[in-house]
Amino acid sequence: MITAGIDIGAKCIKVVILKDGKLAAKAMELSGFDQKSMSEQLYKKALAEAGATEKDVAYTIATGAGKGEFALATERVTEVTADAKGANIADSKARTVISVGAEEGRAIRCDAAGKVVDFAINEKCAAGAGAFTEAMARALEVKVEELGPLSLKSQNAVPMNAQCAVFAESEVVSLVHSGTSKQDISRAIHDAIASRISSMARRISIENDVVLIGGLGKNPGFIESLKRDLATDVFVPNDPEFISALGAAHIAWERASSKGGS
Amino acid sequence: MVEFWRWKEYRWTAPDIDWRNAGIISCGIDVGSVSTQGVIMTDGKLYAYSNMRTGSNSPDSAKRGLDWALEGTGLKQENIHFIVATGYGRINIPMANKAITEIACHARGANFMYGPSVRTVLDMGGQDCKAIRCDEKGKVTAFLMNDKCAAGTGRGMEVFSDLLQVHIEEIGDLSFQVDKEPPPVSSTCVVFAKSEASAMLRKGVPKNEVIAAYCSAMAHRVFSLLERLGVEKDFGITGGISKNKGVVDRLEKELGLKSLTPRYDAQIAGGVGAALFAKSLVEKQRAGA
Repeated sequence: MITAGIDIGAKCIKVVILKDGKLAAKAMELSGFDQKSMSEQLYKKALAEAGATEKDVAYTIATGAGKGEFALATERVTEVTADAKGANIADSKARTVISVGAEEGRAIRCDAAGKVVDFAINEKCAAGAGAFTEAMARALEVKVEELGPLSLKSQNAVPMNAQCAVFAESEVVSLVHSGTSKQDISRAIHDAIASRISSMARRISIENDVVLIGGLGKNPGFIESLKRDLATDVFVPNDPEFISALGAAHIAWERASSKGGS
Repeated sequence: MVEFWRWKEYRWTAPDIDWRNAGIISCGIDVGSVSTQGVIMTDGKLYAYSNMRTGSNSPDSAKRGLDWALEGTGLKQENIHFIVATGYGRINIPMANKAITEIACHARGANFMYGPSVRTVLDMGGQDCKAIRCDEKGKVTAFLMNDKCAAGTGRGMEVFSDLLQVHIEEIGDLSFQVDKEPPPVSSTCVVFAKSEASAMLRKGVPKNEVIAAYCSAMAHRVFSLLERLGVEKDFGITGGISKNKGVVDRLEKELGLKSLTPRYDAQIAGGVGAALFAKSLVEKQRAGA
């Protein structure tokens, strides 16, 4: 049986196709200007990769900020629900899920079945989302992918005073002018965003395992800063940006299986 | 490259005052995060001022601000009896005799600008926004401040003038040149508001409507700050954004209250307040001596 999960994020669309609950294909693309047609294109592309077509799909679940744009969904679930399920699939001991995407950060406490117990969201402020690291990379004139590795080379913790991404950009420029190394500035950037994310996570209280998902899960500098701030280990699954779509696809599989069984 | 956020610097001297006849020459220097004002008062009357951009170093900016205010007047720094520094960079000004917080200075300056009836002052600065309640003497009774977030500050407007490629001083007028008043930009965060505005432009929304949408978003943002503090009549606005009619008109509409018209440039209110404090301190010294 084929089921699908599609996560239409602010920046990227992710699709996961499962065959009998096992990963069959995944695909990712920038959301672009037209999320509606882009999500359908990507959905078909992922299905083709799994050797299937739309007709073969038993159940499709859409999630993400743009979930309403995807017309082919059987059902839509919240990002929080999909995050928790996906993290549970990636690590069955996951109890705290930290999900940081381009424009939103979420902290979710969940149970052994991947059901949501409590959560907190920041969608109002770029300082707690991937947009922050992107803006800082621009100010530092490095590629956003270079920011993490740079910060791992840092020898000194330099404090950042600004919280706001707009003010932090000016602060990064002044730090550059004052001769602070790019490594140390990169670390300051990751410490700043990690501190925002972990104070949000502390509001729902943290229980191990802590699992980090979303695009920021690919940034080794952020992972280090987050571990340091939370003073606990953080598990990052492979392809962390797909975990929400994976969760959606799994919920779709559960729905389709229970329907077929009854 | 055109820098759309770059506003014009200027200076001014009172045509009808001769500083040589003054008993007390006092000075206030407001070193803000974006702009610096040097203000000189003779016996509590506004004599000269400058308004320029703050550089990377506060002492240097303060000196340039003061020197420019003095330019062409024949007045020298050593003729000034007392200098009070205020603003974001106030603690690091070697020429200043004292530093006083910008909240106190803006309230006192607003009292001078708007008269003793002013009870609520909104100071819209470059990197922060303050709502201040004060008494008839310009003494602060309560205040609220946002200095954590660029939304509702001049910096936020600069980001937009750059994005829309419109000179920051033209934003207010352009925001009224629309067929219909659009709903405000929904994102609070300047970073997200910028993406929202880009998406509006891509969809073909006219530039002036995007400007109007951001002006009302900013008006709403500072409205919430004022509402939390509680607004008492009369109401006056100081700081750079007080010159942006696009924000001020929309804020007045939301408040259901008109703001007073300042006697002088409302951007120098902090510097004026500092100069008035400087005058009082000279009087105190002389009374004690």
